[in-house]
Amino acid sequence: MIKVAGRPESLQSKQFHYCPGCTHGIIHRLVAEVMDELGIREESIGVAPVGCSVLAYEYFNCDMHEAAHGRAPAVATGIKRVHPDKVVFTYQGDGDLASIGTAEIVHAAGRSEKITTIFVNNAIYGMTGGQMAPTTLIGQKATTSPYGRSVEAQGYPLKVSEMLATLTGAAYIARVSVHDPQHIRKAKAAIKKAFEYQIAGKGFTLVEVLSTCPTNWGLTPIEALKWLEENMLPYYPLGEYKTPEEVK
Amino acid sequence: MGERILMKGNEAIGEAAIKAGCKYFFGYPITPQNELPEYMSRRLPKEDGVFLQAESEVAAINMVYGAAGSGARVMTSSSSPGISLKMEGISYIAGAELPCVIVNIVRGGPGLGGIQPAQSDYFQATKGGAHGDYRLVVLAPSSIQEAVDLVQEAFEIADFYRNPVMVLGDGMIGQMMEPVEFRAPQKRDLQPKDWATDGCKGRKPNVINSLWLQPEKLEEHNWKLFKKYEEIKKNEVKYETIQMEDAEFALVAYGTTSRICFSALETLRAEGYKVGLIRPITIWPFPEAAINQAADQVKGFLAVEMSTGQMVEDVRLSVEGKAPVHFYGRTGGMVPSPNEIVDQVKAVLGGGK
Ligand SMILES: Cc1ncc(C[n+]2csc(CCOP(=O)(O)OP(=O)(O)O)c2C)c(N)n1
Ligand code: SF4
Ligand SMILES: [Mg+2]
Repeated sequence: MIKVAGRPESLQSKQFHYCPGCTHGIIHRLVAEVMDELGIREESIGVAPVGCSVLAYEYFNCDMHEAAHGRAPAVATGIKRVHPDKVVFTYQGDGDLASIGTAEIVHAAGRSEKITTIFVNNAIYGMTGGQMAPTTLIGQKATTSPYGRSVEAQGYPLKVSEMLATLTGAAYIARVSVHDPQHIRKAKAAIKKAFEYQIAGKGFTLVEVLSTCPTNWGLTPIEALKWLEENMLPYYPLGEYKTPEEVK
Repeated sequence: MGERILMKGNEAIGEAAIKAGCKYFFGYPITPQNELPEYMSRRLPKEDGVFLQAESEVAAINMVYGAAGSGARVMTSSSSPGISLKMEGISYIAGAELPCVIVNIVRGGPGLGGIQPAQSDYFQATKGGAHGDYRLVVLAPSSIQEAVDLVQEAFEIADFYRNPVMVLGDGMIGQMMEPVEFRAPQKRDLQPKDWATDGCKGRKPNVINSLWLQPEKLEEHNWKLFKKYEEIKKNEVKYETIQMEDAEFALVAYGTTSRICFSALETLRAEGYKVGLIRPITIWPFPEAAINQAADQVKGFLAVEMSTGQMVEDVRLSVEGKAPVHFYGRTGGMVPSPNEIVDQVKAVLGGGK
């Protein structure tokens, strides 16, 4: 596991409630470090999702707004339109963003809302106990796909970053992972870019972070990191799918 | 100010909101309220505000949730099927105790229903159309002038109590043209919105939230909301009585239907029937006391609605069995005529004046 010293100011001193080995905590930390480095904590308003990170509003040390399941991009839109000079971000899981909230995320990107979305893809519905997500891999078992996800019955997992990158309004779209220190560093760099592009007014920015759910995957933390690397990376290739330079 | 101008209901509602300091509007097209978002799309950019056509009513109400949480005066409008979609967001807004104004220009239902005027969303508006122990303040104008006055007041009520307020008009109110005057609303003593999420410079972070995982906390929160609603019931009930002084029979109707009842009343009075009219202006809180008091005086009531009977249940609860409560309704977009109401009253009274 990654050992990091000191708590970023943008994180509250609260103990995370996440399961041992869950990478939600790492991703929170990266976002907080970026906020510290950019000096935007007091200028930021975060929108928390419904999912395991529902209590994100207790962890980020900035103004926070809880949203209904999937609606964070709409809530963020309301906030950003009232405070165009502030930094607004959403933090959402894959059930939240890629299932119930597809309309909201697509249109926020389409409108080029100047917000940043941290999209935590763990290929499962963590909070409700491991049901199939729109991102669950083919063959992957979940409590509502007990025989493994099949193409015939449940179709294909959604590739959100690829999809959103086709939208003109999307300024920065990247997929990163946090399964080892090297990738964590890259993930942080992408998150930082996303916030910087928002601040520069470039448009909609999203970083998809591949994340583990040892609890509902039925694996140890170490096995989960390995499972992510071996199974998720091939289907969800990492990289920048859209950068502002491509936006005319 | 002081000048009377001819305006369509939907547009007048929009202008009233702007006059009340509303700078943000999020909506989605649906008949018969389209003139309202269209009006806002013309006017708000000139007022340094934002009009945004959302991808759905679900998104629109959640934009309202965000804007209200970050401290703005904000409005959305829709008609019945769209209001059903907004219900999730309305529950969150009520739970998080945020102020906003929601306009419902009601059309016939259920389902896709029709596009003609109706009053069949009364239950949804007043009994909690979404989940949880919450209430909306619901204002039901019967003229364009009243719509304009109530919309402006709605923002004051919403801010004062930190609660969503619904303005319930029917298709007639939205589409009709009448002369209106924009009068400054009575300003309330409003607290600064120091709870808003607008950046935590120089203070602790603010959180807008409706989640209380500990049942003890949620219960505490719900009783706190309840107390607020009791306060609203005490302070905000509005109604009008017409010729109730010597009335032996009372009509009860709100919105457009109350105007039709007024015409019926004039005919009945001319024929010697001692009929009065009670017109709820707030349908939540409902004028229970006024109706209960009237029950000591009149032989009976006739509730008239453009529905198969919704408000009539509140009339019955208010009357507490002291007098018979009858009902007459048209539904599906059909509007009752004064003559139909006259005939109903005569039938109920059995010819006895
Ligand atoms: C409208 C609504 N539907 C369903 C739920 C139940 N629910 C809570 S969290 C969740 C799934 C969250 O999964 P995901 O977004 O992937 O987040 P994770 O827990 O995996 O981080 C669901 C379905 C809800 N709270 N609200
Ligand atoms: S259930 Fe999964 S996603 Fe949720 S905290 Fe536990 S490990 Fe993390
Ligand atoms: Mg998930």
